[in-house]
Amino acid sequence: MKKKLFFNNRLYAFIRKEWIQILRDPSSFVIAFVLPAILLFLFGYGVSLDAIHLPVGIVVEHPTRLSSSFESSLKNSIYFSPLSYQTIQKAQLDFQKGRLIGIIWLRGNWSRESLAFGKGTIQTIVNGTDANTARLLEGYLLGVWTGWLKREMIDQNIQLSMPISQEIRVWFNPALITKDYLVPGIIVINMTVVGALLTSLVVAREWERGTMEAMLATPLTKLEHFVGKLLPYFILGMGGMIFSFLLAVFLFKVPFRGSFWMLILSSVFFLLAVLGIGVLISNISRNSFVASMVAIVTSYLPAFMLSGFIFDIQSMPVAIQFLTFFFPARYFVSILQTLFLAGNVWSVLSWNLLVLFFFGVVVVGLCYISWKRRLE
Amino acid sequence: MWNRVVGLIIKEILVFIRDPRSRFVLIVPPLVQMFIFGYAATFDLFRVSFALYDENRTYHSREFIAKFIGSPIFRLKKEILNDSQLKDEIQKRNVLFVLHIDRRFDRDLLSGRSGKVQLIVDGRNSNTAAILTGYANQIIADYNVDWIKKSGRIPPPSQITFRAFYNPNLLSQWFIVPGLIGILTFVVSAMTIGLSIAREKEMGTFDQLVVTPLRPIEILVGKTIPGLIFAMAQATLILLAALLWFKIPFHGHILLLYLGLFFFLFAIIGIELAISSISSTQQQALLGVFFFLVPSIILSGFSTPIRNMPEPIQYLTFLNPMRYFLVIVRGIFLEAKGLDTLWDQYLPLLGIGLVSMSFSWFLFKQRLY
Repeated sequence: MKKKLFFNNRLYAFIRKEWIQILRDPSSFVIAFVLPAILLFLFGYGVSLDAIHLPVGIVVEHPTRLSSSFESSLKNSIYFSPLSYQTIQKAQLDFQKGRLIGIIWLRGNWSRESLAFGKGTIQTIVNGTDANTARLLEGYLLGVWTGWLKREMIDQNIQLSMPISQEIRVWFNPALITKDYLVPGIIVINMTVVGALLTSLVVAREWERGTMEAMLATPLTKLEHFVGKLLPYFILGMGGMIFSFLLAVFLFKVPFRGSFWMLILSSVFFLLAVLGIGVLISNISRNSFVASMVAIVTSYLPAFMLSGFIFDIQSMPVAIQFLTFFFPARYFVSILQTLFLAGNVWSVLSWNLLVLFFFGVVVVGLCYISWKRRLE
Repeated sequence: MWNRVVGLIIKEILVFIRDPRSRFVLIVPPLVQMFIFGYAATFDLFRVSFALYDENRTYHSREFIAKFIGSPIFRLKKEILNDSQLKDEIQKRNVLFVLHIDRRFDRDLLSGRSGKVQLIVDGRNSNTAAILTGYANQIIADYNVDWIKKSGRIPPPSQITFRAFYNPNLLSQWFIVPGLIGILTFVVSAMTIGLSIAREKEMGTFDQLVVTPLRPIEILVGKTIPGLIFAMAQATLILLAALLWFKIPFHGHILLLYLGLFFFLFAIIGIELAISSISSTQQQALLGVFFFLVPSIILSGFSTPIRNMPEPIQYLTFLNPMRYFLVIVRGIFLEAKGLDTLWDQYLPLLGIGLVSMSFSWFLFKQRLY
C-alpha cells in the first residue's frame, strides 16, 4: 500500500477531480492567467518612476544671449519641458495651480553678474509635495546646469576645474530603466495572488459549502487528500509563473542573465510557502470572507510593500526591517532581481534559496499537521 | 417611504456592528497597515551601506570621505583593497555602492586640477540608484563649494540654489501618509461593500429583502448610506493617526477634506455596488473587486506619478476616482489648497459618482423585476 502511494488509483482520481473542478470554473483561470497578465501590463507599461518631461517654468527677466543658451540646454534635455514666463508672479500662479512642479528664476541682473563676477545665482523653487519627483528634478537640473556651464566656459575660454570631479557608473541596469526592476517583482506578486489568495478562497469555500466534509467521508488517506488538494494549484501557480516569465522576457524585453533552472527551483520553494500559507489560513478560518481578507493583509500587501519590490528595505526603520524577514516574498524578490539583472551570483542566491526552502518545508509541514480529518 | 429606508439603514448598521468579524476588519487591519506602510513605504534613503576603496589614503582623501561617513544617508560598511573585491561586494549585494578614490586624488586636488572620484552603483533597484546618485552629487557639490572658499580657487561663474515649497525637507512620508488615507479607506470599503450583496445572495437573505415593499432605489440608498458612514468613520480614524502619530502638517480646511472624502466615497461605493450586484457568488465579487482595486491603486499616482505614464494610460486615469482624491487630500494637507484650485477635482468625482450610482440603480432594477 505504502509503496504505491503516489501512483494508486485513488489519488489519481482525486487529482483528476480537482483538476476538472478548476478547469470548469473560469474564475480560477482568470486569477491564474488573466490577472497576472493585467498586472504585468500595468507595471510594464503604466508605472514608471523615471521622471521625464517635467513641467517647469523658466522666468527670464532680461533675456540675453547667456540666458537663452541656458534656456535651450533646458529645452534639449529630455527631463524637462520648460514653459517661459516674463515675471515670477505669473509663474507662481501656475505653480500654485499645480501646472508646474518647479520654477527656475533668472533675475534681471543675472547675465551681467553671471560670468563677469561669478555671482549669478540661478534660483530654483520646487514643489516638494511629491518628494521623490522633487529630488529627481533637483538632480536632473544640477546635471543640465553643470553641462551648460562646462560648454559656456569652453566657449569663453575660461580655464577652470572643479576641486573634485565624479564619475558615476551604474551596474546591471546602466540606463536605470524602472521596468527592468519592476517586472521581475511583479512575478512575485502574481505568484502570491495565485498561491495565497486563490487557494485560501477555494479551500475556505469548500469548508463553507460542506464539500470538504464529503471528501472526508471517502477512503482517501490524509496524505493523499493533502497532496491531491495542493498539487493542482501548484501546477496552476507554476503555469502562471512560466507565463509571466515568458511575457517579461519576450514582450517586455527584460534581460534574463541567470539560470532558468535556478528560477524554477526558487519558484517551487516560494510557491510551496505561499500555497501553504493560503491553505493554513483557510483551514483555520473556514470562512471565505475572512480567509481572503487575511490572505490580502498577510501575503498580498506585504509582497508589495515589505519585499523590497518598490521600496528599499535598508532605508526602513529597524523594527520594520526585522518584520520583512518573516515574509517569504522578500527572499524571492531578491533572487529574481539578481537572476534577471545580475546573473548567477551564488552567494546571494544560495542564502535566499535556503531560507525559502526552509519556509516551504515549515509552512507545508504546519499545513499538513493542521490538516484535519475530522469535523469539530 | 423614508420610514422604510431609515429602517433598512438601521438594519444594515446593526448587521455590521453586531458581527465581530466586520468590526475587526473595519478597525484593526487598516490601522496596522497604516503604521507599517507609513514607515515602510518611503523613497527616502537612510543608512545606505557602502564600501570604500581609497587608493589615495592621505589626509585629503580622508577629509573628503568624512563627508560621506558623517551623512545620515550613508553608512560605511567595509573598506576594500582591490578591484576584484569591489566587484564581489556589489554583486553580492553587501553594499549598494562603492566609493572609489583615485590614486592621485590629493595631488590633483592641491594642484588646481580635479581630484577624481568614482561611484560604482548597484542598479538592480533603479530608483534607489537614481536617488543615491543625487545625494552623492549633492555631497560632492557642497564639498566643492567649501574647498573653493577655503583654498581661494576661482569660483565657477554661476551658482544654483534649490528651495522646496510645501515639504522643505523633501520627506516621502508627507507624500505617502495622506495618500494612505485614500488607499486604506478604499481597500476596506471595496472588500465590505463590494462583497455585501453577493454574500446576501449566497446566503439567501437578498431574496428576503426583495420581497419587502422596498423599491430598488430605496435598497440602493439603504445600502449606500451605512457604507458611507462606516467608511467616513474609518477614514477619520486613519486621519487621526496621520495627524497625531505621524505628525503630518495639515494646512488646509478640514471640511474641504471631508467634502472630498464624501464625493470620493460616493463614486467608489457606486462602482462597488454595481460589481456586487452583477456577481452571483462571493468569489466572483472578490474577483471583480480585485480587477477594480488593483488598477485603481496602481494608476492613481499613489506611489508613481501619473505624469510618467504613457499618454493613453494617462487618459485612462481620468476615469479613476482615486486619482482626484489623492490630489485633493495632498493639496489640502500640504499646500493649503482651497476650492478655487481644487474644484476641477471635485466635479469629476461627483460626475463619476452620479454615473456609477445610476448604473447600480439600473442593475438593481434589472435584477429585481
